Amino acid sequence: MTRFLATRAGIWTGFAAAALVLFGAAPLLLSGFRLGLFAQFLCYAIVAVGIGLAWGRGGMLTLGQGVFFGMGAYLMAMHMKMADAEFRNGPGSVPDFMELAGIRELPAYWAPFSSPAFTIAAILIVPTAFAVLLGFAVFKRRVKGAYFAILSQALAGAFAILLIGQQSMGGFNGLSRFRYFFGYNLDDPVNQQMLYFIAAGVLLVVVAVALQLRRSRYGELLVAVRDAEERVRFLGYDAANIKVVAYATAALFASVAGAIFVPVVGIISPASIGIVPSIMFILGVAIGGRASLVGPVVGALAVAAAQTALSEQFPSAWTYAQGLLFIVVIALLPGGIASIAAATKRFRKEPATAEATA
Amino acid sequence: MSTTALTCKNIEVDFDGFKAVNGVDLTLDRGEVHFLIGPNGAGKTTLVDAITGLARYTGSVTKDTAGKGAVELRGKKVHHIARAGIGRTFQTATVFENLTVAQNLDIAAGAGRSPWTLLRRRAHLPANVTAVIEQIGLHEHADTPAGILAHGQKQWLEIGMLLVGDADVLLLDEPIAGMGADERETTGRLLHDIAATRAVAVVEHDMDFMRAFASRVTVLHAGTVLAAGTVDDVSNDPRVQEVYLGTTHTESDMEPADAATA
Repeated sequence: MTRFLATRAGIWTGFAAAALVLFGAAPLLLSGFRLGLFAQFLCYAIVAVGIGLAWGRGGMLTLGQGVFFGMGAYLMAMHMKMADAEFRNGPGSVPDFMELAGIRELPAYWAPFSSPAFTIAAILIVPTAFAVLLGFAVFKRRVKGAYFAILSQALAGAFAILLIGQQSMGGFNGLSRFRYFFGYNLDDPVNQQMLYFIAAGVLLVVVAVALQLRRSRYGELLVAVRDAEERVRFLGYDAANIKVVAYATAALFASVAGAIFVPVVGIISPASIGIVPSIMFILGVAIGGRASLVGPVVGALAVAAAQTALSEQFPSAWTYAQGLLFIVVIALLPGGIASIAAATKRFRKEPATAEATA
Repeated sequence: MSTTALTCKNIEVDFDGFKAVNGVDLTLDRGEVHFLIGPNGAGKTTLVDAITGLARYTGSVTKDTAGKGAVELRGKKVHHIARAGIGRTFQTATVFENLTVAQNLDIAAGAGRSPWTLLRRRAHLPANVTAVIEQIGLHEHADTPAGILAHGQKQWLEIGMLLVGDADVLLLDEPIAGMGADERETTGRLLHDIAATRAVAVVEHDMDFMRAFASRVTVLHAGTVLAAGTVDDVSNDPRVQEVYLGTTHTESDMEPADAATA
């Protein structure tokens, strides 16, 4: 089956099946509330695809994807707050949370976000450009491994703390109470379903982009850099450039996911983008199987669903279950859920091959 | 065809006061398999590190390319030196274990590829890759992951990676370490084969291998050139015998190399 999925026909079949589930089965079977939750999980899955690329294929343990997720989310939230304020009090008026905080003048950096086009461009460009600059600074100096992981995690922590201190960005409470998404009323169930479809569509596009990157020569080169960076450098490549591409792509995916997350969930606060959420992103990818294409998606969805289900039943048990899950996967199944098929095959074959090679 | 490909002048590598390489002159000519030998700590690998941009040094390394003249390599980045046609291998064969032999070679052949080419799938293997797979004797293993190749095959693959990358100067660090007699023989013949149009330098400990395949030998000791010449010249040099066998007193060990032998 895995062999078939690697062929052209197999890829189309896989995408068709996924589209059927996402656009056909899920909206039919799930209630509006559950579909909204599923849309939220799909946002996590979009982040996971990027992590799968940067970490699974490129070896960069991106412990701070919350930064890029948060950038996309806050940029979108700023636009939605501006649009709401304009709808209530006319152009140039101050969003409601600023009024409560006593801010009378609209800060200058908020003004351009009344434009939808500017906002979308910012969501696509700002986090990507930031990742490119950061990537060059870090990878040109050959910072890698645990040092890179710690650096990116610290960045996520710093970003959350920075936002908590900004009253004009909602501070600790973040930005919430959105009414409109590009003119569509968010209370309308039809529009909520539309948001779900956007999340599902973006996930398919992001998986397709990741697939192309994996199958391209670039994808082979990325694996080469992950496994033997020095060798690649001594073949005449600048390894930093190769890593930056994967890192920036992962940042772009996370930013888009954050931008969709805001209208779906209706709130963004520093608590959703700091160190703990960043580790949650990694956890899903590790459990699903970081080196595979679909593994991160499955892992992210599974972890998010398990978290929701368990915290509904036993509110305090989730943290323990999460830790246990992580230990079990790392100890018994380092390749994640995606490697179960290969692992069982190996397990069955072992007695036979052991004799053959002896 | 014996033109000079690489000229090193007065190379000094200083590790916090310890001179690992102390004023070495070396020329590598195309058409020769040039052996660098010497006891442990003589500075052989450090010299290769310096040439390829891994270790800082003083002095000068110039690469001569027909029609292009001499280019100074000192101070250039590792990947720029590699692009200039200097290829190296490592003491432990370093190949991309999760990729197939063909993928390994395709990557090695593609340092100049455009982003557009990189972002698409490989339609077919480049001609030079198929030729080199044949030359290094791995045509039956083109689709084998490099990680499960035999030790010797990995070494050949790594040499092949330098060939498809159009390296004009090959610096090989102990290419036959851990090989059996047959594999050594094959490797020796491969080296002579590829040295026909390129300069090949081999860092090696194995004296039998050196005697069988060296066109020229440079003996390093304590960071300096102790002797240089043909295999016979070097074997008959009393100082070389002293360093290798420790026959007489050791004061002369630190003497600078005799200019006449360089």
